[in-house]
Amino acid sequence: MKRLMLSLAGLGPAIACLALMAPAIAQEEQSTAPYAYRQLDDPAKETKAQDLMESLRCLQCQGQSIADSDAPIAGSMRSLVRERIAAGEDPEAIRAWLIERYGDYVSYAPQLTGLTWPLFAVPAFLMLIAFLLLRRRFTGKTEDAK
Amino acid sequence: MSDTPPHRAPRWAIWLPLVLFLGFFALVMIGLYRPADRNVASALVGKEMPRFDLPPALPGRPGLDSKVLANGKPHLVNVFASWCVPCRVEAPQLGELAKAGVPIEGISVRDTTENLQGFLEENGDPFQRIGADDDGKVQLALGSSGVPETYVVDGKGKIVYQHIGEIRPEHLGLLLGKLQEAQQ
Repeated sequence: MKRLMLSLAGLGPAIACLALMAPAIAQEEQSTAPYAYRQLDDPAKETKAQDLMESLRCLQCQGQSIADSDAPIAGSMRSLVRERIAAGEDPEAIRAWLIERYGDYVSYAPQLTGLTWPLFAVPAFLMLIAFLLLRRRFTGKTEDAK
Repeated sequence: MSDTPPHRAPRWAIWLPLVLFLGFFALVMIGLYRPADRNVASALVGKEMPRFDLPPALPGRPGLDSKVLANGKPHLVNVFASWCVPCRVEAPQLGELAKAGVPIEGISVRDTTENLQGFLEENGDPFQRIGADDDGKVQLALGSSGVPETYVVDGKGKIVYQHIGEIRPEHLGLLLGKLQEAQQ
């Protein structure tokens, strides 16, 4: 029993040391960009930045937006967005700058392009078909009656 | 009530839902067994290297100014970090490329001087210049979506190729070929 106590006492400093080290290790991998985890002072600008960040994809954890993600690259992207909004840049210009570098995939807001136009056209087309079919059915009944 | 409705659907129409379902099933299976490539490639390949001027990451070693990349010789630009495990895997291959006389420039992303020094002591140091990209801005400007990534830049400062992920021994031939192509 005494031996166990002694060995535990010996472990004490080691555990304390580990506990001190853990935050240091976590910090290393954190983003060092200034506005990664700091909001802008101007609430109107912060809201603008937040809206844009929620519609940009994190390139490392690709199901998340950069507003949600804790990946270091998402921190860099948040800082880039906030700094540019603070400098008065238009959110859509920042989105365009990122699309120029990463392609459409970086944005959650689909752009109308040669590839994506069916996304917008097909629902309108289906609505039109449904309207025509339903009209025939409704007016067809009255034709049957006579 | 009449015995037969006036407009009867053709007989084959009964198979239509099954055909639709099978088509959908085939799509799901293709997606499941051949998932799309999730690497986000830079859209800047084939375009000019963006302009940047990074401060030195190490004392006594120059930082990286993008002007150097347009000095007439093809370069490799390696985006790396000491906290990145695959960067350790590719270190011997970068060493070999450096030995073959390829100028390799480093962009050290979100790193500290001590960690970087330790990393280079442990894994070898193939870099001519190392720029410190502490906030990751230059990484974003390059369209790089992670570390490690390696860009082949021709002598005029144009990006001709992007290698995503670590350089394994089997990639050396490909990279040397791209460098040779860039020289012509």
